[in-house]
Amino acid sequence: MTVTVERGARAVGKQPHTGPRRPRTSYALFLLPGVLTFLVVVVVPFLMNTGVSFTEWSGVGSPKWSGLANYRELMDDSEFWASFRHSLFMVVAMAVVPTVVGLVLAAALFDYIGKHFGTKIAAVLRACFYLPQVLPIAVAGIVWSWILAPDNGALNALLKAIGLGSWQQDWLGDPDIALYSVMGVMVWVQIGFPLVVFMAGLQRVDPQLYEAAELDGAGWWRRFWHITLPQIRPEISVVLTWCTIAALKVFGAVYVLTKGGPGGATDVPSYFSFTTFFEKTQVGYGAAISTVLTVIILLLSLVGLRLQTRAEDAEEGARA
Amino acid sequence: MTTALRRYPVLVALCLAALFMVLPFLVVAVNAFKSPAEYSQHGPLSLPGGFYVEGLEDFWQRVDYSQKLLNSVLISGCVAVLAAVLSILNAYAIGIGRIRGRTWVLAFFVLANVLPQEALVYPLYYLSKQVGLYDTRLSVIIVFTVIQSAFGTYLLSSVLGQFPREIIEAARIDGANRWQVLWRIVVPVSRPTIGVLLVFFFIWTWNEFLLPLVMLISNDNQTVSVALGVLQGQRLMDATMTNAAALLGVLPALVFFLVFQRTLTRGIAVGAVK
Repeated sequence: MTVTVERGARAVGKQPHTGPRRPRTSYALFLLPGVLTFLVVVVVPFLMNTGVSFTEWSGVGSPKWSGLANYRELMDDSEFWASFRHSLFMVVAMAVVPTVVGLVLAAALFDYIGKHFGTKIAAVLRACFYLPQVLPIAVAGIVWSWILAPDNGALNALLKAIGLGSWQQDWLGDPDIALYSVMGVMVWVQIGFPLVVFMAGLQRVDPQLYEAAELDGAGWWRRFWHITLPQIRPEISVVLTWCTIAALKVFGAVYVLTKGGPGGATDVPSYFSFTTFFEKTQVGYGAAISTVLTVIILLLSLVGLRLQTRAEDAEEGARA
Repeated sequence: MTTALRRYPVLVALCLAALFMVLPFLVVAVNAFKSPAEYSQHGPLSLPGGFYVEGLEDFWQRVDYSQKLLNSVLISGCVAVLAAVLSILNAYAIGIGRIRGRTWVLAFFVLANVLPQEALVYPLYYLSKQVGLYDTRLSVIIVFTVIQSAFGTYLLSSVLGQFPREIIEAARIDGANRWQVLWRIVVPVSRPTIGVLLVFFFIWTWNEFLLPLVMLISNDNQTVSVALGVLQGQRLMDATMTNAAALLGVLPALVFFLVFQRTLTRGIAVGAVK
């Protein structure tokens, strides 16, 4: 449907221009407010931030040019490397695990529940999984920091009640465990997003493919592997890209749950730059951290964009 | 028969998983209605003996929650509307106007979309101080209007790129100028997508944390998210108060979710595939 409309539109657009037509430039005027505000709020601050990253500045007075000194210092800063290492853990918790689990859940909800128990039940279950996604991260943090509290938290109380008292932990206060606890919370927060996207994607898949495979005697897993996965590849690459970027930007959860502690065990780049900016007031150094983060994220988005267009091309090729 | 038998374990497993997802909300709701004495005596797992609302009232007054709600609604509402308008204008020029260099302009907006706020936060903080907008709700409204419109421009441009040209041509022949075509034809026809954007912008702005945390320091200007996050960060709350805070923070999100559930799920699908 959309394809035909688009083609029709393009065909009309390519018609030779006949009759009276005002020059095209007047459309650019509509872009003016957007571009101007964009310059002021995004472009100028971004350039300022990049500029400041080459200086030494405490936020007052004028910045002192220091060239690449901040970046050189970063290379030797174990705190900086640790924060990026924790970022990789966040990518696992917010991109890898939710994508894999989301795929299985979406296929199960769509195939099993939707087909045999009604789409209503599938929709209700989907809503349950999606709920944490609309919650402000600060509120999710409050909920979980209480559940994971060592003395009177719900998790430890539960473990004690079912006779697993020896499993009790200071979930967010033990440097060996805190990062995994935060990861667990992030999985809970993130899982709904891939699930909803994948379920929407599954609706596009031609049911005849499944029927044919079923006739050929393919079991659920084989159909999942050979039909579902290839068919929703565009969605998978979108979700992976978005979630990886979100994982690199994690701030609120760390701020509320652990403040990067204990002893920097859960520090992440965004929180590290935040404390460097506003607590240590080493603005130049903080700017360098956020610039590195930005470069990584921009590179990743370009890779993701490539993957996405390639997946879409492959899909269109298969359709044609 | 055998397949039917195999189906139920899947249903049960999924229901258990879904229960696990909502369990934290249930536990919070249960504990928010306990008195501190009850909590310390029976712990977090018992059911409340009565309906103790003083904890909630206490918390509401202590943080002046009405003010926080008002701030959040004001900021999120303004941002949703203004960012939608800005997105419409941008997308009209890119998607329908097909202005020269539109691919680059669009790429620009897409990249801005992924830019981490950490790379903007200090200059924005500094600049807002220079122009006297620091610690005002207006500063947050301006910043998020622009940031959210980056996504709106991206989404709406691709939707408007497929807008049936015949309709526009017909209106032009009837003598409508570009401004009229936009508001009388393009906007009404694209209402479903614009609705999705409004809901998204509202909820995203409601949930924003870093920039409001930096920009809004006085109590009278803080949003719900910031107030709760700061309070939690100070570690001054006891268990029942924490639960009261969590419940009051969850409730608005729950309301949005129930009201907008269909728009949300539809919108995510649209946004992901475009």
